Amino acid sequence: MPNATTIALIPLLPLAGFLLLGLFGRKYLKTSSGIVGTALLLTSTILALYTAYEYFFVYGKVNGIYQQLTPLKITWLEFSKGVSIDMGLMIDPISVMMLVVVTLVSLMVHIYSIGYMKGEERFSTYYAFLGLFTFSMLGLVLSSNIFQIYIFWELVGVSSFLLIGYYYSKPSAVAASKKAFIVTRFADLGFLIGILILSYCSGTLDFATLIQRLTSPESNEFKTAVTYSFLGISALSWGAALVFIGGAGKSAMFPLHIWLPDAMEGPTPVSALIHAATMVVAGVYLVARLFPVFAITTPAVLEIIGWVGAISAIIAAVIACTQTDIKRVLAYSTMSQIGYMMFALGVAKYGAEPALGYTASMFHLFTHAMFKALLFLGAGAVIHYVHSNEMNDMGGLRKYMPITHFTFLIACLAIAGVPPFAGFFSKEEILLAAYQDNMAIYWIALITSGITAFYMFRLYFTIFWNKPHHAHGEKHGEGGFVMMLPLVILGIGAAAAGFIPFGEYVSVDGRPLASHFHLQFSILPVALGLAGILLAMWLYFKQNDKPAKLASSLGGLYKAAYHKFYIDEIYLFVTKKILFNLVGRPAAWFDRNIVDGFINLTGNTTQAVSEGIKKIQSGKVQQYAIYFLGGVIVLAVLFIYIIK
Amino acid sequence: MTLEPGLYHILFISTALFFTGVYGFFTRRNLITMLMSIELILNSVNLNFIAFNKYVWPGQLDGLFFTVFIIAIAAAEAAVAIAIIINLYRSHQSIDVDNAEELKY
Repeated sequence: MPNATTIALIPLLPLAGFLLLGLFGRKYLKTSSGIVGTALLLTSTILALYTAYEYFFVYGKVNGIYQQLTPLKITWLEFSKGVSIDMGLMIDPISVMMLVVVTLVSLMVHIYSIGYMKGEERFSTYYAFLGLFTFSMLGLVLSSNIFQIYIFWELVGVSSFLLIGYYYSKPSAVAASKKAFIVTRFADLGFLIGILILSYCSGTLDFATLIQRLTSPESNEFKTAVTYSFLGISALSWGAALVFIGGAGKSAMFPLHIWLPDAMEGPTPVSALIHAATMVVAGVYLVARLFPVFAITTPAVLEIIGWVGAISAIIAAVIACTQTDIKRVLAYSTMSQIGYMMFALGVAKYGAEPALGYTASMFHLFTHAMFKALLFLGAGAVIHYVHSNEMNDMGGLRKYMPITHFTFLIACLAIAGVPPFAGFFSKEEILLAAYQDNMAIYWIALITSGITAFYMFRLYFTIFWNKPHHAHGEKHGEGGFVMMLPLVILGIGAAAAGFIPFGEYVSVDGRPLASHFHLQFSILPVALGLAGILLAMWLYFKQNDKPAKLASSLGGLYKAAYHKFYIDEIYLFVTKKILFNLVGRPAAWFDRNIVDGFINLTGNTTQAVSEGIKKIQSGKVQQYAIYFLGGVIVLAVLFIYIIK
Repeated sequence: MTLEPGLYHILFISTALFFTGVYGFFTRRNLITMLMSIELILNSVNLNFIAFNKYVWPGQLDGLFFTVFIIAIAAAEAAVAIAIIINLYRSHQSIDVDNAEELKY
């Protein structure tokens, strides 16, 4: 049986780190903060790996089905009988898988940051924030209650905000952190309303009960949820769709993705942890967590999820081809890959057929965390070396940074879907799932995978080959042991994670799912991937003018993609021109003139009256006596002659 | 025949006394004089009590007791008032009521 203390310690240790470093770090642990944070997280990671081992191989499987267990549940706030916010731990295949991913990537980032952030003024604050983030993310994946997940959901949002704005003296970083917070907050409003609808319909906030009640067609709760409708769509669909909006905001799905590229203003290891491997997949995790509810909705919310995912995947991939900032390319790549995970969930079917898409999505989440974290950390090492984010300042670095070069190459091959690296296996499963369900999405995914290979190798060739490197001034190494160790570990993960028989462990109903592998099916995606790589090689292997020519021949399309399809501009137009003018300014006028006016009127009247009567208080005793006498006479007359 | 004063005679005197006091209180600037005027007012009230007691309820002593109380309280009040006046004099070298104006702050 699971040991609640062990599992509870996994999120609590980073929290302890946050408190310790946040309160005392700046004064007493100025240089050792990194070690302290890393040591705590190492313990967490070991506990998580131990829990995963125990769950998957010792107690998790009962009669061949992986169980959903809640080793700990504390009722925290009870609204009414059955409706309460609990603080609990939920152990099931996806949460255990996420535990491993989060702790592992976070540990890598902790180790890496010891080297990367060395000498920073707010070094211990940085580690405190990392601890806060890791705590929140682990709490999020372990949540047993939909409101608990919402609390941690906001906490990861806050930690992301704090870390994006870590260089708070840079105006662009401040703007980016605000943007990220506001956009995701806006989406979370949808999430909150979705929670309210779902919990109102089901009469509970507990995940297991909620799913069980809303997915059995005989239950009263399900009937109510389907009967209520708004605009011809049932309450259940509304609830699920609104929850998905929250997930889409956090996972940077089109059209709520605008914050993710800007979020690259944060330190690079933070981008690797939060904006590539863990927080941004929270939306995918949320959909997976409530998957049975999504699957039962009619009209099907899964259809929407599938299309949103597919559109995000291809748009982001196209934009990534034109960006020149190395981190922005990776950001769009992240968005594209999360699009993959989303539409994999969207094309999954629950019930009769085995939900291949569900397993594929989680598998891709797992492998993506490995290779994308690796890509970001590698990019961090490059940025550390050349002191620039621009791809044009790089080139010919392979001799100077051999380890980074090698691991980066592995990650690129993995994301491009070249066998036998990790990305190949998960992407094949996703494509297969799409193929079985929706051909249109399948073709979009296929084209996207070709583009993915192209832009990743564009990045790779531009950084490590292309023009020779002009060594400027002093020579320094790649970044020392602490920065190279995570690259190597993640490189092994990115190369080998695909061989894990994922379907054995993670599936929508807990039953093992046989892995699907068809040689004929794989030929087309792999061929497209290789074509993308070759195209990138032809264009970027040596410095030449072919890319520029190609860009000018594509003309408008290139320009639109370079400007990210003007989505930011559309947002600015809608907010600044339409919302500000039509809603903001009238509201401000109303506030300034009507609301403030009323308050000012009361104030001014009081002041004028008191100004008039303040002369009565002269300080002259005899004057007071006259008023008094006058009053007495008036009263006397009143009582004697008028009130008889 | 002896001239026995009636109720109205006494009420007339007490009213005259009262308004003399009020007039003095309003017009004098000297605090001591104002205090004396207040004593006149109090004494006019005392007279009223005595008169009503004697002519309206001759068998009772309520009016007398009230009067005794008022005299006692008037003595205490005079002591306090004089203490205030002395303090005012110490700080302003004057017992003019106009100088007490600043007490309003």
